[in-house]
Amino acid sequence: MSLSQPCAVQAHGLVKAFAGKRAVDGIDLEVDAGTIYGVLGPNGAGKTTTLRMLSTLLRPDAGTASIFGHDVVREAQTVRGLIGVTGQDASVDEALSAEENLYIFSRLHGMGHAAARQRTRELLAEFGLSDAAKRPVKHFSGGMRRRLDLAASLISRPPLIFLDEPTTGLDPRTRTQMWDTIRTLVAAGSTVLLTTQYLDEADQLAGRIGVIDRGRLVAEGTPDQLKDTVGARTLQITVTDRSQVARARATIARLLGVEPALSPEQSELSAPLTDTSLVTDLLIALRTQGIEIGSLAVQKPTLDDVFLTLTGHNPAEESAEDEDLAA
Amino acid sequence: MSVMAHPEPQQLAPANRVSLRQTLYDTLIMAQRGLLKIRRSPEQLLDVTLQPIIFTLLFTFIFGGAVAGNVAAYLPLVIPGILVQSVLTGSSTTGTQLREDMDKGVFDRFRTLPMARIAPLAGALTADIVRYLVAITITMLTGAVLGWRPGGGVIGVTGAVLLLVACAWALSWIFAYLGVISRSASGVQGISVLVLFPLTFLSNAFVPVDTLPDWLQRFVAINPVTHLINALRDLLGQGTFGQEGLLALAGAACLVAIMAPLTVRVYKTRV
Repeated sequence: MSLSQPCAVQAHGLVKAFAGKRAVDGIDLEVDAGTIYGVLGPNGAGKTTTLRMLSTLLRPDAGTASIFGHDVVREAQTVRGLIGVTGQDASVDEALSAEENLYIFSRLHGMGHAAARQRTRELLAEFGLSDAAKRPVKHFSGGMRRRLDLAASLISRPPLIFLDEPTTGLDPRTRTQMWDTIRTLVAAGSTVLLTTQYLDEADQLAGRIGVIDRGRLVAEGTPDQLKDTVGARTLQITVTDRSQVARARATIARLLGVEPALSPEQSELSAPLTDTSLVTDLLIALRTQGIEIGSLAVQKPTLDDVFLTLTGHNPAEESAEDEDLAA
Repeated sequence: MSVMAHPEPQQLAPANRVSLRQTLYDTLIMAQRGLLKIRRSPEQLLDVTLQPIIFTLLFTFIFGGAVAGNVAAYLPLVIPGILVQSVLTGSSTTGTQLREDMDKGVFDRFRTLPMARIAPLAGALTADIVRYLVAITITMLTGAVLGWRPGGGVIGVTGAVLLLVACAWALSWIFAYLGVISRSASGVQGISVLVLFPLTFLSNAFVPVDTLPDWLQRFVAINPVTHLINALRDLLGQGTFGQEGLLALAGAACLVAIMAPLTVRVYKTRV
C-alpha cells in the first residue's frame, strides 16, 4: 500500500467466530477514499460483525484490516480518531437530552467547553433537532434518534464513516433524507462504508457494492455490474396447473435462453429478462401449448434475486437459521 | 435536513496513545455524564437517602440499650458503622448501574471514540461520589437529630468524609468488576449483597468485637472495614488520624491497584 494515497479501508481474510460458528469467514475489502461502499447482505450474513471489526469494536480472530493505512488492532486508538460509527441500535444516552448527548461526546473528542457547545448547536441545527434539543432521547421517534446518532458520529468530522443499516425501520421520507445526508457527507470529502439489506439502497448510494453471504464475500462490483449478473429485470410466472410446470419451464428456457428458477412452492417460475419484448413471444408460445398462466409479473431485481443468482439459495432461509443462532 | 457545511476531513493521523492527562480529563467528562444522569432521574438516589435514615433509627433504638446501656452512649459507636454501611451499599449499586449502562448502545460509542478506555468506568465510579456524599450527610444529620455530637469537630468530620469517600470509591471497583463480568443487572445485585453483608456485619460496625467467638474475631481483625471504622471513630470522636486511618487508606489503594486494571482488562475484551 502506498503511504501517499492509502485506501480508506483495506481488509484481508477477516475471520470472526462466535461459539465455533464463523460469522465472518475470510472477507477481503478495499474501499477507496472519497467513495460510498455498500455491504449488501441478508440478516445474519456477517455485515455487522465485519463492520464491528473494522471499527475496532471487535478483534478479528484472523486476518488484518487497516483504516487509512492504520492497523485496526495495533493502532486502534489512531483508527478511532479517524472514524465515526453509527450502529443499528442508536448509540446515544437514552436518559440524557439530545443537547447533553452531543455536548458530552464533543468533550470526549477533546473539545473545550465553548467549542463543544458550538459544535452541539451546529449539529442540532444541521439535523433538524434544535427544537427537540432539551428533550430526553427516550421520547424521540426512530427517525430523530437515528439523526441524533448520525450527528454524534460526525462531531469530529471523521474522514471515514461507518453506517450499519442506516435506514432500516425508517419511513420512506426519512429514508430519502438520510440518503441526502449521506451524499452530502461524501460530496464534502468523507468516505462512507454502509451496510444494507436493500439492493435499492446500495444501488442509489454506493459506487461499489460487496455482497456478503454466510460470512463470505460472494460478489463485488459496481451496481451495474451486479445487476448484469442477475439480468436487468426478472420475469415471474405462475402456472395454474402444476402438471404443466415442467413444460412451461422448457418453453421459457428455449425462448429466453436461460433456465428459469423454480420457487420452493413449485408453482412460480422466475428468470432474468434482458429484453422485455420477449415476453410477448413467450406468452404466445405458452398459449399455443395450452399452458394456463395464473399470474405474470416483470420485476426489477431484488436482493433475493441477486442472492438466488449468486449463491443458489434464498436469503430468507439464511436469516431464519441465524435468528436461531442469535437466540 | 439542511445542507451541511462539512469541511475537509482531517489529514493528520491522531496519536495511538492516551496520555495520563487525557485519561483524567476523559474520566471527569464521564463523571459529568453520570451527574447529568442523576439530575435527570433523581430517584436513583433513593437508596442513599432513605436507607441511612432507616438504619440509623433501627440500629440505635434496637441495639443501643443492649450494647452500650443507652442510646446516647451507643451513638458514637454506631454512627461510624452506619456511615460505612450506607456508603458501601451506595457503592454496591455502582455495579448494577454499570451493567445496565453497558447493555445499552451508548457504550459502543464510547468504545469507538478516541478516549481513554478506563474513562467510562472510572467516570461512572467518580460520579457516584455524589451518592456517597448524600448518604454521609443524611446519616450524620439523622445522628445529630438523635443527639449525636462528634467530638472531633469540623476537622474531624471533614477528615471522616474524605476518608469515607476515598474508601468507598476504592471499594466500588469490586462492584464495577462484578458489573463488567456479569450477564445481567439482577445478577450483579445478588452477588453484591453476598459481598456486602460479610464485610459490614463481620466487623466492629455494630457490636463490640470481644463479644464474638475467637475465629470470628480473627476475621474481624483483618477485615478492612474494621480499620476504616476505627479510623472514623478516631476522627469523629477525637479529631485524630493514626495508624488505623493509614491502614484503611493503604487497603483502599491496594484495592484500586488490583481491581482497576483487572476490571478494565475484562471490559476491553468483553463485547
